Amino acid sequence: MTPEDLRRLFLEELSRIAPDIDPATVADDDHIQDDLELDSMDVLNLVSALHEKLGVDIPEADYPQIATPRLAAAYLAARTGEA
Amino acid sequence: MGVFTMPSLGSDMESGRLVEWLVAPGDRVNRGDVIAVVETQKGAIEIESFDAGIVHELTAPMNEDLPVGTPLAVILAEGEEPPAGPTAPTATAEPAPETEPVAEPERPAPVAEPERPAPAVPVAASPPAQPDAIRPASPAARKRAGELGVDLTGVSGTGPGGAIVLADVERAAPTAPRPAPNPVEEMRKAIAAAMTRAKRTIPHYYLSETLDVDPAMRFLEERNADKPPTERVLLGALFVRATVLAAAKVKEMNGHYTEESGFAPSKEVNPGVAIALRGGGLVAPALADAVNMTLEETMSGMRDLVSRARAGRLRASEMTRGTITISSLGETGAEAMTGVIFPPQVALVGLGAPHLRPWIVDGAIVPRHVVTLTLSADHRVSDGRRAARFISEFETALKTPEAL
Repeated sequence: MTPEDLRRLFLEELSRIAPDIDPATVADDDHIQDDLELDSMDVLNLVSALHEKLGVDIPEADYPQIATPRLAAAYLAARTGEA
Repeated sequence: MGVFTMPSLGSDMESGRLVEWLVAPGDRVNRGDVIAVVETQKGAIEIESFDAGIVHELTAPMNEDLPVGTPLAVILAEGEEPPAGPTAPTATAEPAPETEPVAEPERPAPVAEPERPAPAVPVAASPPAQPDAIRPASPAARKRAGELGVDLTGVSGTGPGGAIVLADVERAAPTAPRPAPNPVEEMRKAIAAAMTRAKRTIPHYYLSETLDVDPAMRFLEERNADKPPTERVLLGALFVRATVLAAAKVKEMNGHYTEESGFAPSKEVNPGVAIALRGGGLVAPALADAVNMTLEETMSGMRDLVSRARAGRLRASEMTRGTITISSLGETGAEAMTGVIFPPQVALVGLGAPHLRPWIVDGAIVPRHVVTLTLSADHRVSDGRRAARFISEFETALKTPEAL
């Protein structure tokens, strides 16, 4: 998957967790907690969804590395071995 | 005898919703006393009595849209004999149970606009007669007709003197009647009603304690390290477990209080979990009978509630069965919160976000993550000593997270 695919998948899962977020309105540097107001339970649900979709198990210590769509795309690209 | 009616609080108000009585039959009221709370599109508004005397009868159902002018109560003058038979037409619908409105159903349009009560003091001159050419219509009806493109000359009026009222316009409109209420606005109204009621009727008192949560955080870090995301547990779940165990021991914090029957402690502990919604608003759906849940079951129940709250799929029972509420500011944010109790409950546990602070452990100053717990409790039901006991039980439970 390209980083662009991963970014799109990240946003898809994000809007599944939080159906009131329109992925089209999310900027690359929007922080999922500070800007998009996800709470810790939402973040866990997002991490679970990414685990299921990509097989990437994101440990708690790495949560800061998926804090924005841009960071997440890069992180997921590295973890899926296609960076 | 005075008939207390749904007042008009503005020309655009066609109806209001009676949300609270502050009097009961037999109560003495003075002119100007606040006797009821009516929720309108502009929020909850206190309604004063125009009469002095004794409340004889409350005649209107609660929590239903009632057209302006609907008789709500009968107030007898001092020494006046009650009239024979029902004094005012009682609305036909069953009163809705007094639960916390969170998602209001779409309101039915009022069927007719009854006559407004005559002003107590006659105005200087009668209003000029309507010219024949202009059909009499209420201001709201005119406004709505404009919005819907309805020509009033073709509408038959059912109001006083054949006046056209809002419902007539909507009946005449070719398409769907009034738009669905804006859920964010409706939510705001529901919160306003519940919180206003809480602050007006519950004598809140508050006790706070700052707790060292490092043991709990270390426990979770180790526990979650080798777990897939779906099996991880958050600090919030430990807080809910600690609350449930404390509430099971300190029964004055767990149950419902009603004006009619006072405090009824609950056998079950059903912790309501406050969930902030994007775009504004707050819901606090409850887990059922959580005492015997494991930490994992508690966590999974909370995840389920949060997911369904986001998707707007909470169940009515979850909205009403809560016996105590937990409101946590999460992992980042302010360090303390003094919350408003969610009626008819009698306590709310407010938890600030963990902050790193200098702390004294075994005589030495060390950095520790601390959380400030503030218990809001109902003084009609309990006193500070019991609240202190609750906090102490909570703290004890949190000290041994592996036992939660």
